[in-house]
Amino acid sequence: MSDSSRNTGLALGAAITAVFVGMAALAQFWTPFDPRALSIIDKLQPPGAHHWFGTDQLGRDVLSLIMLGAQTSVGVALLSVIIGVFLGVPIGLIAAARRGAADELLMRGNDLIFAFPALLLAILITAVFGPGAVNAIIAIGIFNIPVFARVTRAGALQQWTRDYTLAARVAGKGWVRISCEHILPNLVALLVVQGTIQFSLGVIAEAGLSYVGLSAQPPTPSWGRMLNEAQTLTALAPYLALFPGIAVALFVLGLNLLGEGLRRRSGSPA
Amino acid sequence: MPALTGLRTLTLALLGAAWFAASPTPAAQRIIIGTQLEPPVLDPTANPAAAISEVLYGNVYQGLVRFAADGSVRPMLALSWEVSADGLTYLFHLKSGVRFHDGSAFDAASARFSLQRIVAAGSTNPQRSRLRAIRSVDAVDALTLRVSLSRRSAGMLQGLAFGSAVMVSPQSAASNAVRPIGTGPFRFLRWRRGDSVTLERNPDYQGKPAVLDQVTFKFITDPTAAFAALMAGDVDAFSNYPAPESFAQFAADRRFKVLNGTTEMETVLGFNERSPPLSNVLVRRAISYALDRRAIIDGAMFGYGTPIGSHFPPRNPAYIDLTGVYPHDAAKARALLAQAGYPRGFALTLKLPPPSYARRSGEIVAAQLAQVGIRVRIENLEWAQWLDQVYTRHDFDMSIVGHAEPLDYDIYARDDYYFGYSNAEFKALIAALDDSTDPNERTNLLHRIQRKLAADAVNGFLF
Amino acid sequence: MDVWNAHLHGIDFDNVLGVVEVSGAYLDDDAAVTHGAESAAAPVIRPALVKAAGIGVCMVSLAMLLLAARRFGGAYLAGRLAMLLATLLAATAFVFVIVQVVPGDPVRYMLGLQADPGTVAVLRHQLGLDAAPLQRYLSWLGGLLRGDFGVSYTYRIPIRTLLAERLQVSLPLAVYALLLSTALAFPLALYAAARRGRPGDTVASGVMQLGLAVPNFWLGMLLVLFFAIDLRWVSAGGFPGWQAGFWGAMKALTLPAVALAMPQAAILARVLRGSLIDTLHEDYIRTARAKGAGEWRVLTRHALPNALIPVLTILGMQFSFLLAGAVIIENVFFLPGLGRLVFQAIAQRDLIVVQSVVVVLVFAVVTVSFLVELGYALINPQLRAARGA
Repeated sequence: MSDSSRNTGLALGAAITAVFVGMAALAQFWTPFDPRALSIIDKLQPPGAHHWFGTDQLGRDVLSLIMLGAQTSVGVALLSVIIGVFLGVPIGLIAAARRGAADELLMRGNDLIFAFPALLLAILITAVFGPGAVNAIIAIGIFNIPVFARVTRAGALQQWTRDYTLAARVAGKGWVRISCEHILPNLVALLVVQGTIQFSLGVIAEAGLSYVGLSAQPPTPSWGRMLNEAQTLTALAPYLALFPGIAVALFVLGLNLLGEGLRRRSGSPA
Repeated sequence: MPALTGLRTLTLALLGAAWFAASPTPAAQRIIIGTQLEPPVLDPTANPAAAISEVLYGNVYQGLVRFAADGSVRPMLALSWEVSADGLTYLFHLKSGVRFHDGSAFDAASARFSLQRIVAAGSTNPQRSRLRAIRSVDAVDALTLRVSLSRRSAGMLQGLAFGSAVMVSPQSAASNAVRPIGTGPFRFLRWRRGDSVTLERNPDYQGKPAVLDQVTFKFITDPTAAFAALMAGDVDAFSNYPAPESFAQFAADRRFKVLNGTTEMETVLGFNERSPPLSNVLVRRAISYALDRRAIIDGAMFGYGTPIGSHFPPRNPAYIDLTGVYPHDAAKARALLAQAGYPRGFALTLKLPPPSYARRSGEIVAAQLAQVGIRVRIENLEWAQWLDQVYTRHDFDMSIVGHAEPLDYDIYARDDYYFGYSNAEFKALIAALDDSTDPNERTNLLHRIQRKLAADAVNGFLF
Repeated sequence: MDVWNAHLHGIDFDNVLGVVEVSGAYLDDDAAVTHGAESAAAPVIRPALVKAAGIGVCMVSLAMLLLAARRFGGAYLAGRLAMLLATLLAATAFVFVIVQVVPGDPVRYMLGLQADPGTVAVLRHQLGLDAAPLQRYLSWLGGLLRGDFGVSYTYRIPIRTLLAERLQVSLPLAVYALLLSTALAFPLALYAAARRGRPGDTVASGVMQLGLAVPNFWLGMLLVLFFAIDLRWVSAGGFPGWQAGFWGAMKALTLPAVALAMPQAAILARVLRGSLIDTLHEDYIRTARAKGAGEWRVLTRHALPNALIPVLTILGMQFSFLLAGAVIIENVFFLPGLGRLVFQAIAQRDLIVVQSVVVVLVFAVVTVSFLVELGYALINPQLRAARGA
């Protein structure tokens, strides 16, 4: 791809992501209608001037629900990335710094998590501990741990071969200090790229879990559950199955474009 | 030689006739019927799941008596019965020549076995409480069965018509959970777990044989999947269709026929009245005022449903309309809450089982209660969790569930039932009803039962 | 509320007990719908098919193991195998511990609501639920080694039978989706690589981006809406069983397989495109070009074989994604596969079935990735050196 189309991709991705994140933030203060107010007389109105995206089976404004759903989506995905970063990055740093048995043990633990089909373990966890946004965050977050651990380990191993780490070691710094002061700052770009990718996977995973009823519970709106509820109404109101799906796909597309653009810009490998 | 030829010709002719008679039957008659819930086991005498009888009652299993469409009790395997003057002895005359699918004969001995199993100590039969008056069962002769009662019981005969009181063979009763054996026009073929139960015509049926060769009951809980399966012709019929939103579409489509039957089901907002604030009748009345039944029926059932004011089906002749006792009135609800000592409301959990009617009603109820200051936290449960948390351990504040069993007002007389209503006056009404055989007196008692439940706002009666 | 086909008569829905009586039901002569016969013998044949497939997989694995043993020596192989077993053991322990936490008593669910405490105790004993957790884990593990998963709490039949039944749907679905995703990805990637940097590539890459972004269950919904409800070309879900014939079964699996394959095809196409473009910078490609080979020939004959290595790894990983992704897709299309079994088992507190399904899937994932790694090492011995370091 040419440089211009790369930059277009990055800009487009950033713009889409900004729109969705902004929408989630805005929904905290303002939505076109009160998304929790039911109005049975106004149910299943097709998209129009009053309700841009129509109303659902309980007469709620779909646009307002999608805006609030963005909060759920962003919240779950973001927090699960944070879990991955906070637990995965130290593991990766330790594994790279200590090598040997510690490395082997940590990486085997990672392999163990990878052995579980991600979605299945998420379903298992939410089924055991009960459905809800918090458990969805934990379930998705667990899978981010080995991802960040691997990326960090690979990046850190590379940094350890550089001269400056040798210099730091000669200066008498311990591995913990070297990891924190020298290696980690050099990995930030790499982690931001990986974070964006995991964020987009988190959005899809959250949609899937809430579609099968294992994520945020009503009345908290979520895109996946909106899709689930729309399924029976497809004949009466196909737009109900359209907008939440478009929201998921567009948001994920934006995040992917953003992540890819950032990766190209930072020059890190695919 | 000629005689032999004649015999051969006759044989050929007979074979030909048999072949000819078999061939014009159009393709074998097989149908697939969709239903919402899969039976957990196939033995209705051990498990209360309504899905067992929905699939097997009348098809595989039969009882001594059965309900007619109007709720009266009619003969089935018992052709007739006599009741002694004191109402304490029933003499049943059984149909002759009936055989179970395992080949054993149905007679007074197997009927005695079936009934004794229900009332035995440690029996888990769901109808045990209704048949508790049975003191002893004897086989007078091969086709006469005597049932002796310890007290008069008007509900006993009705109890025998339920799906849990079907006749089973002593030979095979133990394995009915996986291989149901009854006396019906269909016999069990196989159970594809998680998917379907298939029955086939019983060629040895003593009554009018069934026309269908095979019937498959396919389990589809999801409203969308149910819609799609009907549209695609994957199923020929759907019982208890779970998606009322597309019902009108089927009604308008000439390829389909629909029945919006009046059912025995009462959907209620169940209260756990074991602890405050729901133990307070003022609070329960306040909630009843806060509910807008019309909006719930329009929103959750797309208008298909009749509002009720007590636990009683509108199709029953003894029904009285009590929806006017608590008309939708938010101001009144708030006033009652203040009077009960909760001027600023309180928080409650609402635990919902999986059917779409419950989940949808739940969201609307939560919004309506929020209007009067009651903060509702919804928890969606699977059936097993619902049975465990709500039904067994009573760990809930409110729940929404449809009570499908006919004549089930007696659940309000059981202290251990999930909503925990315990009222001596009500129990006396139920006991009087079981003792009474006079139609006018019974109707009067049924009216008083309905009024009592409404006055105490035992549950939020929806539709 | 009941709905039925207008050609079906005499079916009784309207009764006090709410049961469906079919003793008087019949189809009239104009009824167009005919369903295949349910044969009681069918399930007996099917596990044989599954078994045959299993034996095939085992033979291939064994051949690879022997080859690897000859190439790299027994020590390396033993090490890898030990690691495989340790992972599996840890996975079983992990699943067992998690599942033990599930609230709700399976026995109470099995016996119904008014169950007698004595009966409950007897059944708990029969199912071995009254033993200590460690003892239960060990006996479960011992059973697994013999291929005995135990007996389902709710259905009271061997779990092996249940799994065999469900694998007849899930396994073909995963294979079908894998083939579809490969069939979609290769042409797209080749086209994009041939047009790299030009508008055609941008469009193809855009398609891949879109494929990555669309959630498979939403795609499934859209496919049902369009092909099943609007056009009525295929049925909207359900599985007629293999006894309905190969084509009937494949028809029912097509939409789910498409929905499953799309995102995987996008991933595969992206990896293949990247890999192809990387190879195109290699010296031997320049040599081939210098010799006058056309662009298409360079791509398919020279670049593709070398670009395949990363693709094989991805394909190996995708198989497990497809098996697990099917968990949701099977619920969109109500297919009676492993995914539906898991949800049903969770709903019915049939813990031992949940345990077994998860372990079977984990086994599949670990084994497939092990074989892929082995295959990779066979093709590319430097990797072994790198991993060993």
